[in-house]
Amino acid sequence: MPEYWDPLIERMPADELKKVQEDKLKNLVRYVYDHSPFYRKRFDEAGVSPDDIQSLKDVKKLPFTVKQDLRDTYPTGMFCVPQSMVVRYHASSGTTGKPTVVGYTENDVKEWSTSLARGLTSIGVGRGDVVQVGYGYGLFTGGLGLHYGTEMVGASAIPTSSGNTERQIELMQDLGSTAIACTPSYFLHINEVANKNGISIKDDTNLKCGIFGAEPWSEEMRRRMEEQTGVKAYDIFGTSEISGPLFTECTYQDGIHIWADQFLIEVIDPKTGEQLPDGERGELVVTTLVKEALPLIRYRIGDLTIINSEPCKCGRTHPRIMRILGRTDDMIIVRGINVFPGQVESVLMDIPEVAEHYQLIVEREGELDSLTVQVEVTKDVFSDKISDLMKLEKKVGKALHTVLNITGKVELVEPGTIPRSMGKAQRVIDKRNI
Amino acid sequence: MENKLIKQISIFAENKPGRLEEITERLKTADINIRAFTIAEAGDFGVLRMVVDKPDKAHDVLHDAGFTVSETEVLGVEISDSPGGLHEIATVLGSNNINVDYAYAFATATEKALLIIRVDNISNAINVLQGASVALIGLDDVK
Repeated sequence: MPEYWDPLIERMPADELKKVQEDKLKNLVRYVYDHSPFYRKRFDEAGVSPDDIQSLKDVKKLPFTVKQDLRDTYPTGMFCVPQSMVVRYHASSGTTGKPTVVGYTENDVKEWSTSLARGLTSIGVGRGDVVQVGYGYGLFTGGLGLHYGTEMVGASAIPTSSGNTERQIELMQDLGSTAIACTPSYFLHINEVANKNGISIKDDTNLKCGIFGAEPWSEEMRRRMEEQTGVKAYDIFGTSEISGPLFTECTYQDGIHIWADQFLIEVIDPKTGEQLPDGERGELVVTTLVKEALPLIRYRIGDLTIINSEPCKCGRTHPRIMRILGRTDDMIIVRGINVFPGQVESVLMDIPEVAEHYQLIVEREGELDSLTVQVEVTKDVFSDKISDLMKLEKKVGKALHTVLNITGKVELVEPGTIPRSMGKAQRVIDKRNI
Repeated sequence: MENKLIKQISIFAENKPGRLEEITERLKTADINIRAFTIAEAGDFGVLRMVVDKPDKAHDVLHDAGFTVSETEVLGVEISDSPGGLHEIATVLGSNNINVDYAYAFATATEKALLIIRVDNISNAINVLQGASVALIGLDDVK
């Protein structure tokens, strides 16, 4: 099995890579200026012309784009190619207003698949592997994205999509799936259902790795999933606006490799929009360097992360983003304190007695916010003595308080009562009307 | 000693309407008879404890239905249904330094009452109770 999909590019020295990015960026700004009335207007308003972009440093001069721009120009107002060049559309659900539509030229699909082919190769998935694609197929980019990447590396794709868990397990055993791609919470559910039917993922399947994403998950959750299932758990990152799932960790599990010949990334202070240096936590901003149908200039994805430009132990020189710490829009403010669900997960998964399913409920009682953390009581923990259960409640409450500096109520609930999700898990229920 | 241990079924349940209904429904369908029963509540949740005629079957039925259920070894003590009956047992246990974690009792149509206790040292408790000529009820007696 090859170690690299494209060794010349993946191991390109950083200065050469920068040169590649610079050339592509210059071409890109010219391209969008000439092909998209939206960008032309945006650049003109910002007083920046394509000629002003001569080096990577000049990227700061370019205006940001945001999700609202895609909504405002719904469906295809930001596209740079006519419909006749578009070979595929995807669309995101419009939970807050209109949905957004993304489009791909033939080359866009190829670049997208290539990005995933590099990622899959970096975790040892290639010809001879069987990849069960448990992300939703359809308008959501997860299923088809992984599917094309899998086919590109020559592995066998099983397009199970999400749901129908018993069938997933049956196919996993019968076709000998060696890898699975789905949300981490769905994998937990698959494991739970398998165990209930007397099947151990570790002993009774060929599964060696999982490609988990589309929702934030913590390092502690990874440790548990790996221990329980014997499956090496890799993080994958991407979002429909920049194509779909695109980037994965390598076997070192030390950050997600972002292919610099395809994408230019920055981290900014979400409040001021100023660029932050490597190693500082901020909001991720992505410029697509090779997309044709819907290129994005300095797109604010909304995820919070840290960039690490040091070459990875695996030999790849492209920058890495460290585990997504949450999103600017999934942060909840409880009694004036910023709480990221990911932080809560880290705390909970560090307590052995707490099961993998949990939920945060934020309510307002009178003028005061209250945070309730629901935790399932599994057979392993249940001792029949009420004092033990109350001790557990106290332990969880204390750990949360130490990390979040907020007093939350801990509620022990019966197993199975926290809704299981086939796609993105809903970890936070905000019942406040604000 | 084995035959003097009673396997009590304990169930974790959220404190909300319908839970008891569902649990008892499962037991009824499985033809399991409840001989002794209590609910201890602790705010949002409660623990149901019961002595049934077929504990292993009850455990499996409830477990398969998704409940958090465990089997706990407890003692069934026969006490006289008259003033001082409980005091007599409490004296035996207390003077031997055995702590009672929890207990629940039932009077029957006979002149005897049944006391279910969970203690911190079960083998020691059996010895001292039998030494004091207290009758212990075994699993066979609740069938």
